[in-house]
Amino acid sequence: MLFGFPILSVVIWLPIIFGLFVLIIGNDHRVVLVRWISLLGSTLGFIVALPLYTGFDSTLSSMQFVEQHIWFERFNVYYHLGIDGISMPLILLNCLITPLVVIAGWEVIRDRISQYFGAFLIMSGIVNGVFASLDAVLFYTFWEASLIPMFIIIGIWGGPNRVYAAIKFFLYTLLGSLLMLVALLYLYHESEGSFSILSYHQLPLAMTPQILIFLAFLLAFAVKVPMWPVHTWLPDAHVEAPTGGSVVLAAILLKLGGYGFLRFSLPIAPDASHYLAEWMIILSLIAVVYIGLVALMQQDMKKLIAYSSVSHMGFVTLGFFLFNGYGIEGAMVQMISHGFISGAMFLCVGVLYDRLHSRQIADYGGVVNRMPIFAAFFMLFAMANAGLPGTSGFVGEFMVIMGSVKVNFWYAFFAAMTLIFGAAYTLWMYKRVIFGEVANKNVEQLQDISLREGFLLTLLAIAVLWFGLYPFPLTEVMHATVDNLLEHLMNSKL
Amino acid sequence: MKELYLLVPLAPLLGAIIAGLFGRFIGTTWSHRVTILLVFVSLIASLIIFQDVIQAGNIFNGTIYTWLVLGETEFEVGFLIDPLSVTMMVIVNLVSLMVHVYTIGYMQGDPGYQRFFSYISLFTFSMLMLVMSNNFLQLFFGWEAVGLVSYLLIGFWYTRPTAIYANLKAFLVNRVGDFGFLLGIGLVLAYFGTLDYEIVFAHAEYMAKHSIEIIPGQSWMLLTVICLLLFVGAMGKSAQFPLHVWLPDSMEGPTPISALIHAATMVTAGIFMVARMSPLFELSETALSTVIVIGGITTLFMALVAVVQNDIKRVVAFSTLSQLGYMTVALGASAYSIAIFHLMTHAFFKAVLFLGAGSVIIAMHHEQDMRRMGGLKKYMPITYWTMFIAALASAGVPGFSGFFSKDAIIEAAKFTEIPGGGFAYFCVLTTVFVTALYTFRLMIMTFHGKERMDHHTREHLHESPWVVTVPLIVLAIPTVVSGWIIGSLVFGDYFGNSIYFLSEHETMMKLEAEFSGAFGMMLHALGTAPFWLSIGGIFVAWYLYAYKTEIPSKIKSLSGPIYNLLDRKYYIDELYSLIFATGTRSLGTVLWKIGDVKIIDGLIVNGSAKLVGWVASWVRFFQSGYIYHYAFTMIVGIFILMSLWLYHS
Repeated sequence: MLFGFPILSVVIWLPIIFGLFVLIIGNDHRVVLVRWISLLGSTLGFIVALPLYTGFDSTLSSMQFVEQHIWFERFNVYYHLGIDGISMPLILLNCLITPLVVIAGWEVIRDRISQYFGAFLIMSGIVNGVFASLDAVLFYTFWEASLIPMFIIIGIWGGPNRVYAAIKFFLYTLLGSLLMLVALLYLYHESEGSFSILSYHQLPLAMTPQILIFLAFLLAFAVKVPMWPVHTWLPDAHVEAPTGGSVVLAAILLKLGGYGFLRFSLPIAPDASHYLAEWMIILSLIAVVYIGLVALMQQDMKKLIAYSSVSHMGFVTLGFFLFNGYGIEGAMVQMISHGFISGAMFLCVGVLYDRLHSRQIADYGGVVNRMPIFAAFFMLFAMANAGLPGTSGFVGEFMVIMGSVKVNFWYAFFAAMTLIFGAAYTLWMYKRVIFGEVANKNVEQLQDISLREGFLLTLLAIAVLWFGLYPFPLTEVMHATVDNLLEHLMNSKL
Repeated sequence: MKELYLLVPLAPLLGAIIAGLFGRFIGTTWSHRVTILLVFVSLIASLIIFQDVIQAGNIFNGTIYTWLVLGETEFEVGFLIDPLSVTMMVIVNLVSLMVHVYTIGYMQGDPGYQRFFSYISLFTFSMLMLVMSNNFLQLFFGWEAVGLVSYLLIGFWYTRPTAIYANLKAFLVNRVGDFGFLLGIGLVLAYFGTLDYEIVFAHAEYMAKHSIEIIPGQSWMLLTVICLLLFVGAMGKSAQFPLHVWLPDSMEGPTPISALIHAATMVTAGIFMVARMSPLFELSETALSTVIVIGGITTLFMALVAVVQNDIKRVVAFSTLSQLGYMTVALGASAYSIAIFHLMTHAFFKAVLFLGAGSVIIAMHHEQDMRRMGGLKKYMPITYWTMFIAALASAGVPGFSGFFSKDAIIEAAKFTEIPGGGFAYFCVLTTVFVTALYTFRLMIMTFHGKERMDHHTREHLHESPWVVTVPLIVLAIPTVVSGWIIGSLVFGDYFGNSIYFLSEHETMMKLEAEFSGAFGMMLHALGTAPFWLSIGGIFVAWYLYAYKTEIPSKIKSLSGPIYNLLDRKYYIDELYSLIFATGTRSLGTVLWKIGDVKIIDGLIVNGSAKLVGWVASWVRFFQSGYIYHYAFTMIVGIFILMSLWLYHS
């Protein structure tokens, strides 16, 4: 805690309070006010999160900015917050994405504006809560709460099939996390009445309970990531979600699953993790290769990017289960970078969708003739999505592939196929949408991006290039934590 | 000096940024002025460095900044300035500068004028970063960056369906090569623990004893696996069989980039890389053997295709493939310095051929079919004579640069004892004849004989402006003279420690023993097969295309299947399209429609939802809300329970 100031609480509750405020003042007569207050809230949310980076001691592996107050004395539940090198970058990513989403929805959303912005602000706070919670009850509360705003966002501002998608999203992820609750209650019992996540890390467990706990957590996290074969909710959710929803879903919500593996599965059940690592790696590689092929055949741009997300997140889970620094740090970098790139890709599709109201690749062609600036941005993000060196998309994939070669050549072999598939599906889509002669009357009418859109894409472009050319600061903050985690994983709990 | 090293790549980068981002504000003239000036600055800087390295022997190996730290390993961006890299820097900058100037004329009036200058400057930056690198990571950065620019430039005219097909194909085929390349880098990192050239090369000998099991039970030498994987990357970038398919299609791009990227510089990155990795390749007989055989195949079979092409640029493109094959053969024969030497002479004469072809294409109003040319010599004398010089160099006529490098490669292939060397020797020797044939077929069909163009085109025929002809003349000079430095470049101590070969590989020693100065080499050549093959090729070209012009069509009809085979480029494109394009798409469709939609979503996800619904529909039956239904159910229940109870007691 910096000067005894509860920064983490502010980071969590400030956006939520702003969100509630926006809901209260909001009706559609005060659109301008609602917009500016939302922007103010989300920007402040980012600014108050900055001390988490500047005040972060990257030599420490323990929790920092810790806050601990008793919540339910009867059950030993604490309001316990803290961050380390794994959660801090994710919180910053989330706080950065929120204002971008507000700007992205600025003029696009026309009805129930206050509810729309309110939902995003509240979700931003809740997600920060997930990353910062060190108490299992607090964590679980935030975790499940994060479903509600997204459920509403898809269900209300979504496309024609939004109800199916929203319910599928909700049930899939809810069912996944129910077993996690059981696992947490079991751990409460085993630890003789503690909900402290950090105490679970030190809890000795036999092999069978470890495996059961691992599997219970796996279901919750695998659905979120999503891993093959529990990924099918994601393309539907993305296709129906409004642009902002897709951005947050891809950039932030998927990371909850990845974070869960690092905070729960690996440290609580290290022996089970080692025992099941091979299976996890195989599932991850299936995601990379199989989903890469499926992405190739998509006719809908959003579906294509959604599948590409699944494929890229395969690198995250692959990296975790290599049990070396390259793998875990690479996976972390991949999560952050994927946040920028997938966010940018969905924004790009959103730019086109706002103009022509179609996501079908076949409805476009020759867009570059009318939107050259947009085409240049889209090219940069497409290349980043294809993992071109110099963009952040390369760093994580490179690190994970390097980590896999050390473990098993064939892991690296299949993982590196993303070089080919990633380029194939992304650039083939790019070619059909952007290049060529103007395909039809609608494309003929297109206007190039506005200042607002240009601002968004420029910010993301800077982030993508910055972390591609100089990823050092990003990895530096996680070294100590990851080293500590790896050391922890080497010690058997049996 | 470090500032000067930085200036070399950063000057073109600055040019690219200015022309790319601010091109629309500063206009066309200032865009080309700025980029050309900055490439010129870069050239001057590299010449100063060249002087410093070659004369004073100041070799630099140092870090610019740290990209990433992982555990004990630091990934850095840094420069290795030694004779090999500085030679490449000068070649790249010289050709790039000439192409920049030439572009003023070639791209005049094109709506993408500034964008084009931005791209070629960006390319120059990427290529310089590639050759100046002191580690594998930065090499890969440059490697992919030149691939990106190549992609952007092939598809420069983005409304043409063929161009945007070709650029996607080029990128993807290169990615197949990069796939191997990255795995090779991964193995280097896993076993050497660093990606720094110096450390890796220092430990190469020690690691040569190491073997790994990629397939259980099969023990392979580590270095062999690494070298083969790295060579897969080289095959992609340097368009070696079977990854050569992208290069002919890349001719869809504007001609200046065909000269700069797809002839003189980028495609030689693979050759440069293998030469740079000579301390690793030398230790693996298998790798060298593979290299020489692939090189041999590419040399001969691509040259044969060039003979039947009618598009002037495609002839030159296949010629490039074949010449790259020559360089690869030299690499496989452990004659790395000769490969780099041929890389240099080829950069000059091939750039002249491409730029000359471009000059012809402008004059012909973008007609590229040689069957509609002919007799252009009198309209375009400067283009003709510069191209003629380049053609003589390409055909390997003694005295011209190509002769020295090519003859040295043929000798190297003769002397090498690597398995596959005999095959490669046969290929490179035969190809001398084929090269002379297709080169002079091109010259004769374009510049001599009947004028076959339409009346309108003929009226407008004229020599190209000075921005086009000056680069041709400037590049024609080294096309003649650069061969004469063979003595100091190849056999002297020019490359120093930047190129390494094992003393068991005696190719270079034997060549050196035989070498008696450049002039002696010429005299000696008069009595050897390559000379007569080359003269024969020129003669046959003259006989068939200038003297008895009816014969080629007779040969064509007589050799139907063979002609078709060559014309269709051995049907490799069709084969790949069937296996990879169609195959991958079908697999993707099956996985999507059956795997995802039917099985996971249809059966499991919606299936379980349906199951719940089905159960619920039955359970609902009991929740009707009528009291007599509940009462009836209760009575039935009690009846069953009573019966069970009675039965059990």
